[in-house]
Amino acid sequence: MEKIMMKGNEALAEGAIRAGCRFFAGYPITPQNEVPEYMSRRMPEVDGVFLQAESEVSAINMVYGAGGAGCRAMTSSSSPGISLKQEGISYIACAQVPCVIVNVARGGPGLGGLTSSQADYFQATKGGGHGDYRLIVFSPGTVQEMVDLIGLAFDKADEYRNPAMILSDAIMGQMMEPVVLPEMRDLQQINKPWATTGMKNRGQNLINSLGLLPEDLVRINQELQEKYKRIEANEVRYAVEDVDDADLVLVAYGTSSRIARSAMGLARKEGKKVGLLRPITLWPFPKQPLADLAAAGKRFLVVEMSVGQMVEDVILAVNDRSKVDFFGVPNGAVPTVRQVYNRIMEIL
Amino acid sequence: MQKVFERPKALSDKKMHYCPGCTHGIVHRLVAEAIDHFGLQEKTIGVAPVGCAVLAYEYFNLDFQEAAHGRAPAVATGIKRVLPESVVFTYQGDGDLASIGLAEIVHAATRGEKITVIFINNAIYGMTGGQMAPTTLPGQKTTTSPYGRDTSRVGFPIRVCELLNTLDGPAYLARVSMHDPKNVLQAGKAIKKAFQVQLEGKGFSLVEVLSSCPTNWGMTPNQALKWVEEKMVPYYPLGVFRTPEEVSSCDA
Repeated sequence: MEKIMMKGNEALAEGAIRAGCRFFAGYPITPQNEVPEYMSRRMPEVDGVFLQAESEVSAINMVYGAGGAGCRAMTSSSSPGISLKQEGISYIACAQVPCVIVNVARGGPGLGGLTSSQADYFQATKGGGHGDYRLIVFSPGTVQEMVDLIGLAFDKADEYRNPAMILSDAIMGQMMEPVVLPEMRDLQQINKPWATTGMKNRGQNLINSLGLLPEDLVRINQELQEKYKRIEANEVRYAVEDVDDADLVLVAYGTSSRIARSAMGLARKEGKKVGLLRPITLWPFPKQPLADLAAAGKRFLVVEMSVGQMVEDVILAVNDRSKVDFFGVPNGAVPTVRQVYNRIMEIL
Repeated sequence: MQKVFERPKALSDKKMHYCPGCTHGIVHRLVAEAIDHFGLQEKTIGVAPVGCAVLAYEYFNLDFQEAAHGRAPAVATGIKRVLPESVVFTYQGDGDLASIGLAEIVHAATRGEKITVIFINNAIYGMTGGQMAPTTLPGQKTTTSPYGRDTSRVGFPIRVCELLNTLDGPAYLARVSMHDPKNVLQAGKAIKKAFQVQLEGKGFSLVEVLSSCPTNWGMTPNQALKWVEEKMVPYYPLGVFRTPEEVSSCDA
């Protein structure tokens, strides 16, 4: 397989096309513009649809329509734009329309800034819009994973009829790395008997999120919760490095996991036993692996590009069996390897 | 014996929840008749709004998607773009289309999306209990304009057909009314034409239907129809604003 250099955002877009994405709607916002720009060139070559929507709100609703009609559909944006999409995401989650939403996150709150951020973790993993719902949230740690995880996101979205999100950030989106692209997927294999394609030789298909009667809404929510339990049981993904002999396990995802890994290398040179656990799915969260490490006597340092969001899930997973420390920076700043290393040395 | 009048295939036999005297039921039937007329039941996907017609998917015997408030044109865009051979229509009220969903309708129209929009203008928010709509007439009393719509404070109604007629995108724009049988027949023709425009791939089509809301207007059904004729029609002139052959003719 040929390795080529690609920018994160473009690799992600090409990965989506190769995974069978044939509908993209988006709206310009930095630092994700390479995604719609790439799609606007590439979609016509594969008989797909690219639409620049009038707003983020419209873009996600176009995806709702296209996904509900059975097409592999996606939208991408960056933090303020993802906030605008939350209404549509809530409807999509309830109506069980498979689709993929990409957040190339930037600093917030408000208009925020253009620097990288991990402050959208709560929004991505705890619902974001109204109601009890979950997205399957993937966090790429390399440009190669941008390609691999968007393909997986489309597969899991279809498998569970659930929206999936790629939570990336400005650094992951803008940097270049070598990637191996997968083969173009055969679209004929995806069968969606529930899609609204016109009621030929069958009864009505309905894409809907309304449960006016209390018992209907209860039934809808029970069905969703049962699905979320299956996802939690089957779809947790994470990577561990050097945890077996570690006294301290760093917990970090995406860009901050790369900084944490470098700091871990420096500490190891000093003879400190440091490991790394990197969640690849942020929801479902790798609770059990963290609980097991805590039970084995490891303590933890959570590293985030926020003032502390994922750390709450780590504390819940560890559940007082061990100590959890935190290192984070407010949005606008990117932590340096030396800062994380210093924090490690304070602890050990 | 030959049946000369029956329920259109595209309508289900579910009992409608609409208030007595409401004209939604008639418009549903006209839409279903148009779909039957062209034999489109197997290729049509409807998009329901938020508002009184939120349950439209229960009354039409068609595939349906239920959209968020105002977003039906965006949802319809997504469906039609990935299923270009299908027929896609939205059914929206005035709050849905002309207030919260104004961006969606204007941009779907200017893109020339090959969809059909049935726009119910009854000058009020029906479902939520009679609040002021973007199409509420000057002086009209509603639960949020209890002293009458004061244009010096809250501005003027939006004439949707005229607004969209400033764009190059739409192919067919017409305004019809439900206030008497003659106009109902006229409305049926306009709705058929709107679907025909979509079938022939000519572009965006919209039919604005002046409708009554006796419950929230505080009138009897007959008074309400009279109010449509005497108050709404003068403010919202009936006619075809745009057809694929001719542009800007305001004659019915």
